[in-house]
Amino acid sequence: MTEILLSLRGLVVGLRHGHDVSPIVRGVNLDVAPGERVGVVGESGSGKTLTMLSVLRLLPSPPLEILDGEILFAGENLASASERRLREVRGAEIAMVYQDPMTSLNPLLHVGYQVAEALKAHGASTIQARETTRDALRQVGLSDPERVERSYPHELSGGMIQRVMIAMALAASPRLLIADEPTTALDVTIQQQILDLVLDIQTTTSMAVLWVTHDLGVVARLVDRVVVMYAGRVVEDAPTRELFRHPSHPYTAALLASLPGTQHSHRSLLHQIGGNPPDPTRLDGGCPFRPRCPFAIDQCAHEEPPLLPRGESRAACWREPDSWLP
Amino acid sequence: MLLPLVRRLASMLTTLFGVLVVVFVILRLLPGNAVTASLGVNAGLLSRAQLQAIDKFYGVGESIPQQFFSWLWSMLHGNLGVSLSSREPVSTLVGSALPVTLELAVMSMILGILIGVGFGMIGALHPDRWQDDVGQGLAVFGLSVPSFVIGTVLITYLASIFHYFPSSLGFVGLFTNPWLNLQQVFFPALTLSFGIGAAIMRTTRAAVLEIKNLNFSRTARGKGMSQIAYVWRHLFLNALVAITTMSGIQFGYLLGGAVIVEDIFVLPGIGRLLITSITDRDFPVVQSVTLIFAAGFIVVNTLIDISYTIIDPRTRSR
Repeated sequence: MTEILLSLRGLVVGLRHGHDVSPIVRGVNLDVAPGERVGVVGESGSGKTLTMLSVLRLLPSPPLEILDGEILFAGENLASASERRLREVRGAEIAMVYQDPMTSLNPLLHVGYQVAEALKAHGASTIQARETTRDALRQVGLSDPERVERSYPHELSGGMIQRVMIAMALAASPRLLIADEPTTALDVTIQQQILDLVLDIQTTTSMAVLWVTHDLGVVARLVDRVVVMYAGRVVEDAPTRELFRHPSHPYTAALLASLPGTQHSHRSLLHQIGGNPPDPTRLDGGCPFRPRCPFAIDQCAHEEPPLLPRGESRAACWREPDSWLP
Repeated sequence: MLLPLVRRLASMLTTLFGVLVVVFVILRLLPGNAVTASLGVNAGLLSRAQLQAIDKFYGVGESIPQQFFSWLWSMLHGNLGVSLSSREPVSTLVGSALPVTLELAVMSMILGILIGVGFGMIGALHPDRWQDDVGQGLAVFGLSVPSFVIGTVLITYLASIFHYFPSSLGFVGLFTNPWLNLQQVFFPALTLSFGIGAAIMRTTRAAVLEIKNLNFSRTARGKGMSQIAYVWRHLFLNALVAITTMSGIQFGYLLGGAVIVEDIFVLPGIGRLLITSITDRDFPVVQSVTLIFAAGFIVVNTLIDISYTIIDPRTRSR
């Protein structure tokens, strides 16, 4: 068995209002090996972002809190770590790049200062931090790092800021990079550049990457393994190739079918999944995908399936893929 | 950078001129003038010709626009006029009263900002915990109890229970006896700072709570920086625009409050000068004092406008 860098064990994140707590993330299990690239895919509201924020314990609390489960990072449970210990891990060992670059930097401080801050927080001297900052900005392909350093966030474009954010995340050479939809707010050509950039840096530094996205197209190019989330749970966990060739969960199959221009959809119209994702606060105990699933059987209404082994993959579906795949 | 400054100065002067006109007109609408006020019932014994002669002597018999422009003209030459009741130059009266009020204002602003920012930050960092409850309670107290009540209660307790009443010795200047002077000014300043502090506290708390939930705050926490750096460089710095704005508004209330508090604490400041001169219909003094209040308010708010461009790079014109 290979060594595991990050391991989420039964992670439950809940939304508290008054005395009521409704779980939004309902028992997520997820492993990342050192140097591995894992994609996390799912619709909005499937709990991807909350799961990722939990890893660094950055959930907006209140009202969100971790109710149960373990977050094992190199064997240490971050779910019960002290704030002091978390500060040592954040930015130095696990770094994160966020969804909306334009609002992710402090508008009142120079960009260079904010990148250097991440280094100084972990013991770098001012001069060291400045040098590393400049190198990091150059590494992410910013052509004029001196000028970028002296700019304020509002003076840069979204693509440039996302590069800055990546530089900030990478500057301290973390062992794990969590990228939470870092390209969603950017236009397609910039998306491409950012993807290439991260792929490039990842291959030279061998850090692990957790890439969250709702775009399967991104996943196909970037990651070794894909984790599909639905209604706060992992419904499929499969090697990327395997996922695209033989999806083991009807939801994954439906996601693939809705990709434009792949082998799965030859129609000119885009395929869409009927219905809406369920309200995670109102689940009935059956499979949450059942109302939208064309292959549901009686059992699906009564029992929520756990992750079951399906060849090289694992999927949370009672039915063998062969019984419903065309 | 220079042009906006010029524009701001121009609007400042326009506002000041507007204030002058309004004050001047309102005073003239009051029944009675300095002559009737100083002569009292004896004014009735004078003949119409005698009254007109006195009016003419003091320059209050001219038409209102004439009075306004002759006053404006002499003021632009540094002459604020002569008090109608004490016959002293207005500049002498204002000159001795202004430092007292200035000291009071500065001290209450400092106290108010310290109290407000302190409790506001603590409350925002521990929302709905006891630290926050204490601050919130104090804010309700500071906002709802008027300064004349706080001031009177303070004086009563200090004097009757602790036999401490520094003002009884007569006011001393800051440079004559700094220690006694600071004691004399501290309690009136504390009285004023409750209201100021309460308003600033609420603003600080609300601003920091909002900023805590913004994306860049999460980025900052995600870097693993120390709590102190996070709180001051990211939360406080971004709350600073809101805090400065509220401080400017409070400065306006402070000028009004100073009038009452100076009266209660027997401070020979400009607020007391204003009250006595209004009752005496001492127009030159009232006009000058009002002008100084207005100028103070306008200058402070202009400084605050300028401070925005220092705090927030997005408001800087390129």
